Amino acid sequence: MFENLSKKLEVVFKKLRGEGKITEANIAESLREVRRVLLDADVNYKVAKEFVDNVQKRAVGREVLTSITPGQLIVKIIYEEMVKLLGVSKADIQDAPNPPTVIMIAGLQGSGKTTFCGKLALYLRTKGRNPLLVAADVHRPAAIDQLVLLGKQVDIPVYLERDRDAVTIAGNSIEYARKNIRDTVIIDTAGRLHVDEEMMREAIAVKEKVRPHEILFVVDSMTGQDAVNTAKAFHDRLNFDGVVLTKLDGDARGGAALSIRHVVEKPIKFAGVGEKLDALEPFHPDRIASRILGMGDVLTLVEKAQEQFEVEHAQKLEEKLRKAQFTFEDFLEQLRALKNMGPLNQLVGMIPGMNRLPADAAIDDKALVRVEAIIQSMTREERMRPSILNGSRRRRIARGSGTTIQEVNRLVKQFDEMQKMIKRMSKGNVRRAMKGLQFPLN
Amino acid sequence: MGFGNVFEKFRSGLTKTRDSFVGKVQRIVTAKSTIDQEMIDDLEEVLIGSDVGVEATGVIIERIQRRVKEEKYTSPTELTNLLRDEIANVLRGESPQDRGGVIVNEGQRPFVVMIVGVNGVGKTTTIGKMANHFREEGLRVLIGAADTFRAAANEQLEVWARKAHVDIVQQRRGADPAAVAFDTVASAKARNLDVVIIDTAGRLHTKTNLMEELKKIKRVLEKQTPGAPHETLLVLDATTGQNGLQQVRQFADAIGLTGIVLTKLDGTAKGGIVLAIARELKVPVKYVGVGEKIDDLQPFDARAYVDAMFDGRSSSLS
Repeated sequence: MFENLSKKLEVVFKKLRGEGKITEANIAESLREVRRVLLDADVNYKVAKEFVDNVQKRAVGREVLTSITPGQLIVKIIYEEMVKLLGVSKADIQDAPNPPTVIMIAGLQGSGKTTFCGKLALYLRTKGRNPLLVAADVHRPAAIDQLVLLGKQVDIPVYLERDRDAVTIAGNSIEYARKNIRDTVIIDTAGRLHVDEEMMREAIAVKEKVRPHEILFVVDSMTGQDAVNTAKAFHDRLNFDGVVLTKLDGDARGGAALSIRHVVEKPIKFAGVGEKLDALEPFHPDRIASRILGMGDVLTLVEKAQEQFEVEHAQKLEEKLRKAQFTFEDFLEQLRALKNMGPLNQLVGMIPGMNRLPADAAIDDKALVRVEAIIQSMTREERMRPSILNGSRRRRIARGSGTTIQEVNRLVKQFDEMQKMIKRMSKGNVRRAMKGLQFPLN
Repeated sequence: MGFGNVFEKFRSGLTKTRDSFVGKVQRIVTAKSTIDQEMIDDLEEVLIGSDVGVEATGVIIERIQRRVKEEKYTSPTELTNLLRDEIANVLRGESPQDRGGVIVNEGQRPFVVMIVGVNGVGKTTTIGKMANHFREEGLRVLIGAADTFRAAANEQLEVWARKAHVDIVQQRRGADPAAVAFDTVASAKARNLDVVIIDTAGRLHTKTNLMEELKKIKRVLEKQTPGAPHETLLVLDATTGQNGLQQVRQFADAIGLTGIVLTKLDGTAKGGIVLAIARELKVPVKYVGVGEKIDDLQPFDARAYVDAMFDGRSSSLS
C-alpha cells in the first residue's frame, strides 16, 4: 500500500492550508517534501527533480479558490502532472494484417517474464484469440519446463524444441502456428542482466528472425533507481512497443513506472497483480496516480466490489448508507462479500482516507471470522436493532460465538461508532468522518 | 577460499557499480578546486541515484559536512576518502568485525539454513551456489525443495543441485512445503549430514497467508531440530529500490532474519539499498552474488566491498 506516501503528502499539505495564494515562498518547503516523497517511492532522482519543477511552474501564482485549500490545489496539479507523465491507458496488442500476430516478451532476469507470458496468453484467449506460447528461453535452467507447466494450467499449447537455439525455435514456432491455426504467438525470451551483450544480441536476432508485431518489456515494480537505465538499454536495442509492470500487488510504490515513462515514450500496457494466472490487469495511469497521492484507488475498489455484490444489492446498501440505517445484518453481508474480494489489507488501502489508519492497526483476516461468529450468534432482531443488546444478551452472544463478552462489547461499541460515522458521511463530510474512524475489526 | 580471490571477485563484479558510482564521484570532486555546497549536493544525488535512500543519504551527507567543517578539509579529492569512510561506517554498523558468510556450527547437526525472499530475486540460484560453497568446505549438504508452488521450481533446483554435486529432497508440486522441510531434515539426520538448505517459494511480503506458511515451515524445522533454522537468510535483488526496506522489515517480523544475500550485483545495479538496510534495520549482509557462475557467491566484507567500490586496491586484506 501507498500509505507512507500519502501520509507524508498530507503533512506537507497541512502546512499549505489557509494561505490565499501559492507563492514561491510558501510552496518551497512543501515541494522539497514532495521530492523526497517521490524519491522514497523510487522515482528516479532526475525525473523527480523535473517533475517537481513542473509542478512548481504550474502552481506558483495560482489563486486559491475559496472552495479548495492550497493543499488540494497542489494535489490536483501533482495528480494531473503524474497522469500526464504516466501516459494514456492502452492495453491493446497490435494486430498483424496476416496472422499470426507475433508478440515478443523481453526483460531482466526475475522480472516475471515467463509468468507474464502465461497470463497474457490467458488474457488474450478471453479476448477471443488462439494463442501459442513459445519457450525460447534456452538459458535459464527449467525455464522451458516452467512455461510448459503454465501452458498446461491454462490449457494453451506450448511450442518447444530441446537443445536448439532461441532463434531457430522462434522461427520454427511461427511456421507451427500457421499450420495449427494459432493466431497469436507469444515468445518468451531469455532474461539475463542487460549488460550481457550475448543475451542482447540473441534478443535482437530473435527479433530480426520473427519480426514481432509487438515487443513488450517486462519490469519489476520494486526496481529502484536503475529502472531508467534498464528500460533505456532495452529500448535502445529492441525498440519495444510497451511496458509491463509486474508484482504490483506488493507494497512497492511503483515509482519506477514514472521513471520509465519519462525516459521511454512507450505506454505501460499491463500490470501484474498476483500469483494466479488471471491476475493481470490493463494498466490504468489515473488509478496508479491517485493511489500514489492517497486519493484511494476508488475505481478499482468499485470494480472489484461489483464482481462480488450484485448491482441491486449494492444499490440497496448505498441507500441504507445514505439513510444511515446500517445494521449488523448489512455488516455481515458486507463482511462475507469482503472475504471473497481478496486480502483485506489490500482492499482497505483502496478506500480513500483508509490508508491513514495507523500502521499498527493492521487488519487481520482472521479477526473477520470472530466478528462473523459474533454477529451470527445474534438474533435477527438484535442485528436490526443493536440498541436492545443488554448485558444478558451480550453474555449469551459471547457464549454462542465462543468469544468473550469483552469482544462482543468492543464490536458493539465500534459498530456504533461506525454508524455514527456513516451518518456524518451521508451528510457529506467524508473527510472529517473518516478521520475519527476505527475500523471495527482489530 | 583466500581473501585475495574474494577481492578479485568483488572487483570484477563491482565494475559496473564502480563505473557508475565512483566514476561520478570522481567527476564531481575533480570539477572544482574547493569544496562547496553544490559539490555536496552533487554527492547527495549520486547516493540517491544508487538507491541508498533519502534517509541514509541524509545521514552520510550530514556527517561529511560536519567533518569538512570541523576537520577543515578544503581539497575536493579528500571528499572521496570521507565518503568512503562514512559508507563503510554505515555498512559495518554494529558489528564491525563481522566478516560475512555463514559459519556452520560444528555442534549443530544438521545445521539448517532457510532461504526466503520475494519472487524473482534469485533464491534458487543462491542455494545452488551456497550448496557448492559448503560442499567445497568439506561439508555434506542436503537441499530441501520446499518451493512447491512455482511451475518447474524443482527442475531448476535440480539443475543447480547437480552442478553443486549435492542431493535434494523433493515432493510433487503443490505439496505442503512444511512437509518437504520436515522430510529434508529427517533425511539429513538419518544420513548424518552436516548442512540442510531449505528453498522456499518466492512470495511478496504483503501476502499474510504466505507469510503464515513461512512461519509454519519455521515451526516444523524447530520441532525437528531444536534451534533450527540456524540461519534465516533473505535474498535481495541489488536492483531493488526502497521497497527493500519493507521486504526486510516484513520478513524479519514474520520469521526473524539472521542475514541478507544481495544478488545480481553484476548488473549496473548499485545495491545501495543495503546501506539503508544496515542503518535502519541492522540486518547484516552475509553474501553477495556477483555473477551467474556457481562460484560467484562471496562472503560479504564491508571493508573489502567499499575498497573494491572505490579504488580496486585492498589495503586491509592483503
